[in-house]
Amino acid sequence: MMIFIRFLTLALTVLSFAQIAAPTALRAEPLRIVIDEGVIEPLPFAIPGFVSPGGESAQYAAEITRVIAADLAGTGLFREIPSSAYISGVTSFDAPVAYADWKAINAQALVTGAVDVSGGNLSVKFRLYDVFSDAPLGEGLQFTGTVAGWRRIAHKVADVVYSRITGEGGYFDSRVVFVSEQGPKDARLKRLAIMDYDGANVQYLTDSGALVLAPRFSPAGDRVLYTSYESGSPQIYLLDVASVGKVALGTQGANMTFAPRFSPDGQSVVFSLEQGGNTDIYAMSLNGGNLRRLTQDPSIETAPSFSPDGSRIVFESDRSGTQQLYVMSASGGEATRISFGPGRYGTPVWSPRGDLIAFTKQNQGRFHIGVMRTDGSEERLLTASFLDEGPSWSPNGRVIMFSRESQGAEGASALYSVDISGRNLRRVTTPSAASDPAWGPLQN
Amino acid sequence: MKKLMIATMLVGALALTACDKNSRFGDDAMAAGAGAGDFAAGSPSDPTSPAYFNQTIGDRVHFAVDQSTLSAEAQDVLAKQAAWLMENTEYSAIIEGHADEQGTREYNLALGARRASAVQSYLIERGVSPSRLKTISYGKERPLAICSDETCYTQNRRAVTVLTAGGAGV
Repeated sequence: MMIFIRFLTLALTVLSFAQIAAPTALRAEPLRIVIDEGVIEPLPFAIPGFVSPGGESAQYAAEITRVIAADLAGTGLFREIPSSAYISGVTSFDAPVAYADWKAINAQALVTGAVDVSGGNLSVKFRLYDVFSDAPLGEGLQFTGTVAGWRRIAHKVADVVYSRITGEGGYFDSRVVFVSEQGPKDARLKRLAIMDYDGANVQYLTDSGALVLAPRFSPAGDRVLYTSYESGSPQIYLLDVASVGKVALGTQGANMTFAPRFSPDGQSVVFSLEQGGNTDIYAMSLNGGNLRRLTQDPSIETAPSFSPDGSRIVFESDRSGTQQLYVMSASGGEATRISFGPGRYGTPVWSPRGDLIAFTKQNQGRFHIGVMRTDGSEERLLTASFLDEGPSWSPNGRVIMFSRESQGAEGASALYSVDISGRNLRRVTTPSAASDPAWGPLQN
Repeated sequence: MKKLMIATMLVGALALTACDKNSRFGDDAMAAGAGAGDFAAGSPSDPTSPAYFNQTIGDRVHFAVDQSTLSAEAQDVLAKQAAWLMENTEYSAIIEGHADEQGTREYNLALGARRASAVQSYLIERGVSPSRLKTISYGKERPLAICSDETCYTQNRRAVTVLTAGGAGV
């Protein structure tokens, strides 16, 4: 079941371009979205169905075009122009682009492509055009792989388009590990699952025989740390995604271990350990050796998260009387409180870019996902609902996925994503209720 | 394109059970496979029976929001639990700590552990052998009452003393 697939054998085959000398006099501003400040008006783009020799290739061409368009439009930064508005079509990948026809419908970006399936292999070529500059933006590229991995190839194309226009890394060719939920609130069944970032290709990693909580991807995306009641009490486990093999990371003397996260080098785990009702933060090697206690307080210390350089850990503690966020050295020692607003702060997660910390905030009966700088300044709340919790960063640090649970006896949890600007709140479609998303790295 | 996996939403298919589930002997432990003993609960009027412990004494105590302090009322129940356990040494107990849904998942796990531990410490103070008492936290994962208001939350912020077969020295 758990096939994955190193299929991007030929990732960067540069296609030749006929350099069409553009009439440079009217050259417009280069096509660019600067994400940082207030992208309110999405950039209109056109993506005519990728061309193909027909047959099976045509079916994949249509699906791949749709996935690329959905990736781009799903960011909220781009708006797809419906094909019904097109003046001219694209029937050949190498034919000259009729820029005037695309300008006339205000398509600022144009993506064209060609798909060819032969045997079990898939080849996708594409080009991105800056329509108002009458020129391609970057070189054409070709991705090849197996047909089974067609969605990944589509995501790769969308990642390149996104990167060229925004100047940021992409995030579409990535996966999310999460907890799939079924059943009523008081008898909920939970199992670990993995899916593409957009909710496709769901696979289950555990059965629902034991409660599982709060998984986290390894930096390379090949392993998952999580908490399970499999042994009767909550303990942390390490699971290999490809083989689905799992091992308990036993800790002697612990009543309960939970909240495990990988160090950025993927070699060790930082987690919470409870003994006699008191929860502190510990670290150890993934082979179970070198156990170190990082906090020594009678209060609750949990939800640790490493800075991307591995030097610091942000965590939550109620040592002040309520849950607040603190930063300490990765080797433990004195911690600095960084959250000071009204309410309670929990589940801090350091951004992969290192610049922000995402958190859950609880105030006056409402829950929020928010971000702040790593010194606690410039706090911004991105969401508000009855129960939002557990933010996780996209690989490029631009989007946050989290759980939102609805209120009442029939309340159920679902996954949502939101841009760090606070815009573009979207539900991520999952086959059943879902919680605790953890976004993995961009795949190779 | 027969391989396309189109994820569909499971809409409204969640079966709901009744809100009120008092005195479910062993249910909490068994639901999680925690190994509750499979023996008859007996009659609530028989002072040596688990049913007496669960219903007449009361197997659970409740907590204020985000607190693990034992109220006077809770201490009264726990004093009786301790006395019963001292008399009925063929039983041990797993103390389950729970939280309501207002709170983040991992914090609530720690909070549940704190509540279970507060009960455990009290029972030990009252003479019950530590070897007969274990704790487990369910955080907010196993609410008893499923509405989203204080009438349910007060029931869910609890520590439940679940009797198991096997007494001191087992």
